[in-house]
Amino acid sequence: MVNPTDYLLAVEGLTVSFDGFKAVNDLSFYVDSNEIHVIIGPNGAGKTTVLDLICGRTKASGGSIKFRNRELTAMKEHQIVKAGVGRKFQNPSIYDDLTVFENLEISYPRGRTVFGALAFKRDAAVRERVAEIAEMIFLADHLDQRAEYLSHGQKQWLEIGMLLIQDPELLMLDEPVAGMSVNERKKTAELLNRIIRNRSVLVIEHDMKFVEDIAHRVTVLHQGKILSEGSMERVKNDPKVVEVYLGH
Amino acid sequence: MTRTPQTSFLGRIDGDIAGILLLAALLIVILPLGLDIFRLNMVGKYLTYAFVALGLVLCWGSAGILSLGQGIFFGIGGYCMAMFLKLEASSPEATKIQSTPGIPDFMDWNQLKELPWFWEPFHSLTFATVAVVAVPALLAFIVGLAMFKRRVGGVYFAIITQAFAAILTILIVGQQGYTGGINGITDLRTLKGWDIRTDEAKLVLYFVNAALLIGCILLCLYVRRSKLGRILVALRDKEDRVRFSGYDVASFKIFVFCFAAALSAVGGAMFTLQVGFMSPSFVGIVPSIEMVIYCAVGGRLSLLGAVYGTLLVNWAKTMLSESFPELWLFAMGALFIGVVMVFPNGLAGLYQQFIAPKLRRLTTRRTDAPVAGAPIIPPHTAAD
Ligand SMILES: Nc1ncnc2c1ncn2[C@@H]1O[C@H](COP(=O)(O)OP(=O)(O)OP(=O)(O)O)[C@@H](O)[C@H]1O
Ligand SMILES: [Mg+2]
Repeated sequence: MVNPTDYLLAVEGLTVSFDGFKAVNDLSFYVDSNEIHVIIGPNGAGKTTVLDLICGRTKASGGSIKFRNRELTAMKEHQIVKAGVGRKFQNPSIYDDLTVFENLEISYPRGRTVFGALAFKRDAAVRERVAEIAEMIFLADHLDQRAEYLSHGQKQWLEIGMLLIQDPELLMLDEPVAGMSVNERKKTAELLNRIIRNRSVLVIEHDMKFVEDIAHRVTVLHQGKILSEGSMERVKNDPKVVEVYLGH
Repeated sequence: MTRTPQTSFLGRIDGDIAGILLLAALLIVILPLGLDIFRLNMVGKYLTYAFVALGLVLCWGSAGILSLGQGIFFGIGGYCMAMFLKLEASSPEATKIQSTPGIPDFMDWNQLKELPWFWEPFHSLTFATVAVVAVPALLAFIVGLAMFKRRVGGVYFAIITQAFAAILTILIVGQQGYTGGINGITDLRTLKGWDIRTDEAKLVLYFVNAALLIGCILLCLYVRRSKLGRILVALRDKEDRVRFSGYDVASFKIFVFCFAAALSAVGGAMFTLQVGFMSPSFVGIVPSIEMVIYCAVGGRLSLLGAVYGTLLVNWAKTMLSESFPELWLFAMGALFIGVVMVFPNGLAGLYQQFIAPKLRRLTTRRTDAPVAGAPIIPPHTAAD
């Protein structure tokens, strides 16, 4: 057994209760460096809440979240981002009124203070990096387009791109292929497999085909607790999982 | 704005700058030539509210933070200037009939025997000028820190700013001996010996005011075109996304609120100078809401729109209250509802939608054919 502190992310005894309802209950799991870790589970299992807890959006009632041995539960949201954790929301969360270029530029990790943002110059480094990311997320031809006019799938990619430009060590994606066409799903799986180098990815997903394509390790969540964990193969054949989740 | 510098009929100058030049021509050449000094002074007074409207364009239009208490900052700016002028007008010689000569008349009437400590530094014009901007900015900073760090926003924030406006009015009215009470600080005469009540002085002050306004528009344009300007738009739309992109959202909101406060205060100080007094009737809830209406009518997403909106609404107000004073409040309410329901982006929005495309077609016809279905420049990115 590896010492937990060797993991990139170590979640231990994590609990949160909303008015007495324990949405996440004494949850422990670990994410290795360069691992694609997928969380699956029925609706309301607490998957999104886990990501909310890690990125600081929701405060934990108990337990610890260690990222490279730094305790995240005590940090502010923007500090967690600076520590190297990026998070994509369940519904594509992009800036409709800005162009694709501007969306990516805002996420570029420079000039993040008030006066830094006032003095920020759109120099060659920024342009190149934005172009590079746009290429990766299949939006190179849409840089000047208002984000509002992108298709649903393109918005999902844009948000992934906004995270990539931050170059986080841990990338958390909440249902990245929900609402995508078959073709878009394939491209997204390809994209994820490409960006995994030098980083870990924590993905929430319902699409089993997609999960099989990308997952190194799967955690099944049910009513805020772990139902099963391991390789996709193992989890798929676990009778408990079949009963509460895969069975229907 | 940043990605599409539009070429216009003025040559290779982008649309925003062209619009500002046009406004400058109107304010600095056309109006002074066309109006007598009485009317010009009135326009000058209207224009002081335009500073508030500019601040609202950034705070409310860009960042989505509606403040219903901008009169607070306009008023404090005005009072800081009025305190200096009042002290200059209260020299021992000029006030020798008072029981305590050398202090402002209203203090004497209220049986004060000496100048309150916080009035002392206002003997200095430098101090007063710095205070005009610094005091409101500091107050906005404290309010912003308390509200935005706690994530108070939207309607709650609007109501709280309104409460502050009410509190400040009550405070000013109640502390008559220190503030001049309901009458305000009146009978202001000279600025470093220069009589501000003469027609020449009014003309000079009009030009100073107009130049300051143009300067402030350029400053606002710079802010809106910076990355900070885009972050404000981003957080209006998706605050969480901005936060989880590594920004401390509260500090950006505090900044824009302070910036808007400082702009309003400059307007307030210029009001005092041009009109010759300052009173609590420019501080409270009603004037604060009126200022929001100026901005809404002109277009809260447009710097120039807000200036024109301020001019138009005030002109209408003057016309209407000269003939039917009791109608004005109803007219204003109707105007606000109309703007919100029918054209939420105000005059600037209408301009963007109906006039700008025609202008663009006219000016680009010779060089290249208009692209059918070309996306309209989003209103928030333009200053006009
Ligand atoms: N802020 C909150 N306050 C109260 N209850 C909450 C809050 N956030 C989540 N919950 C509840 O916690 C439970 C878990 O929600 P969560 O969104 O984490 O589920 P999920 O696994 O992401 O579901 P889905 O697959 O539908 O996205 C739900 O019952 C939800 O109603
Ligand atoms: Mg969810």
